[in-house]
Amino acid sequence: MEVSRHWRLNQQRYALVGEVCPNCGVKLFPPRDVCLECEAPAKELYTFTGLGEVYSYTTIYDPPAGFEHNAPYMVALVKLEEGPLVTAQLTDVDFNDVQIGMPVEMVTRKLRADGEQGMIIYGYKFRPAVTAVI
Amino acid sequence: MNVSIIGLGQTDVREHWDASLRHLAWYAIEAAMDDAHYNQIDAIYVGNMLAGQLSNQNHLGALVADFAGLRGAEALTVEAADASGGAALRQAVLAVQSGMVETALVVGVEKMTDESGSVIPAALATALDADYEAAHGQTLSGAAALLMRRYMHENGLSLSDFAGFSVNAHANAMANPRAMFRNKLRPEAFAAAPMTAEPVSLFDEAPVGDGAAAVIITASDRAADMVARPVRIAASALTTDTLSLHDRRELLWLNAAESSARRAYEQAGVSPADIDVFELHDSFTILAALALEACGFAERGQGWQLARDGEIGRGGRIPVSTFGGLKARGNPSGATGLYQIVEVAQQVRGMAGDCQVAGARIGMAQNLGGMGATAVTHILRSDE
Repeated sequence: MEVSRHWRLNQQRYALVGEVCPNCGVKLFPPRDVCLECEAPAKELYTFTGLGEVYSYTTIYDPPAGFEHNAPYMVALVKLEEGPLVTAQLTDVDFNDVQIGMPVEMVTRKLRADGEQGMIIYGYKFRPAVTAVI
Repeated sequence: MNVSIIGLGQTDVREHWDASLRHLAWYAIEAAMDDAHYNQIDAIYVGNMLAGQLSNQNHLGALVADFAGLRGAEALTVEAADASGGAALRQAVLAVQSGMVETALVVGVEKMTDESGSVIPAALATALDADYEAAHGQTLSGAAALLMRRYMHENGLSLSDFAGFSVNAHANAMANPRAMFRNKLRPEAFAAAPMTAEPVSLFDEAPVGDGAAAVIITASDRAADMVARPVRIAASALTTDTLSLHDRRELLWLNAAESSARRAYEQAGVSPADIDVFELHDSFTILAALALEACGFAERGQGWQLARDGEIGRGGRIPVSTFGGLKARGNPSGATGLYQIVEVAQQVRGMAGDCQVAGARIGMAQNLGGMGATAVTHILRSDE
């Protein structure tokens, strides 16, 4: 079992909690404690809105162990409105409708399940935006 | 740099169902020792990525030293995903250049085909960020696909614009008896191949295979007295970039590929125009295009044009994948970097057989880990 390994990421997986650099103001996801841009310490938490757009995407037909039952599935780079890119699956969407620039929003979904008896791992995926953005 | 290669060895790249990890390593080592007519090895650097996962075997330094009759030698594994082979050579070069090690053996070995199916992409995905990429079902092919899709979008390209890389690799492999796939590839077949991670297809990505390749290196002044045609390691550089694509400032620029090549050019006192042959890391065609740009052979967004225009062929401006590259020679992950070195060394020795690039004197090998998070660049020249 890898319970602690997933449990310690629950703020990120369930709520997109990253960090903001107090020095240069850059928002960071995943959190990394040292700013990607200015290399200053950046441990101040920041919760992302979960809104963004598709920056690039793929459909996986040759899945890794643990994801066989999901294939084919889409993985994207989503550009969050605060700046960073995040790697995540796209969900609730017809493959043919996805294109670069498509507005998306974060939802919580099952990432994988380790068999009948094992742990179920939840986390963020992105779906076409239904929330009105003004 | 005062380091030269005195021996080369390699096995075929294929499904070696009759050979274990240790046997593959030994076959390449034995060939390198025969080539050098020398077996007094002081230190062994093993490049490997997947033995712990696919063979339940770590501790390859001691395993290989023991099995190769080199008990007592300093020996350890160097791991940097599919840049492990190049990284292992880099460590050996540092050791010999420092004077602390007289003669070093570097062997890249990978045993992949004892496993199959979803285990392989899962093992290869350990080159990515386990928490923020692989945990979301991302694979190496999927990561390459994200690069390729965005590159196609920004440059207005279609899938068939990448065919030239794979067609060239297969054409060159037809002359390499060690290669995994020695069949001609037609551009129409490339475009029709089944997708692994759209737009990356089966004929876009390099096949996994078993294999081992080895070199023996020593100080250049010693090498001149030991073998007729030593090959000088004129440059050796390893740099890194963000592990994940999502942390790249510019998604379509391979920072580490650029910085390691720049350091290598400076060490060797050469420029891209001086490179006669370039073994690049074509695990995916998009990485070949981006490496050509990062290393100064093409402008941004134009690396693919070298393949379209036939500039990467044996008689072109910058021949690449001259023995088939990762795509057609095959890609035994942690061994790939050593295959590249063995191939470039054969080219600059003028002993590349039917794969020979006429008049090759200076060659470059660039070994990438994952999506270029590690980049190792070596420049070799004939020691005359």
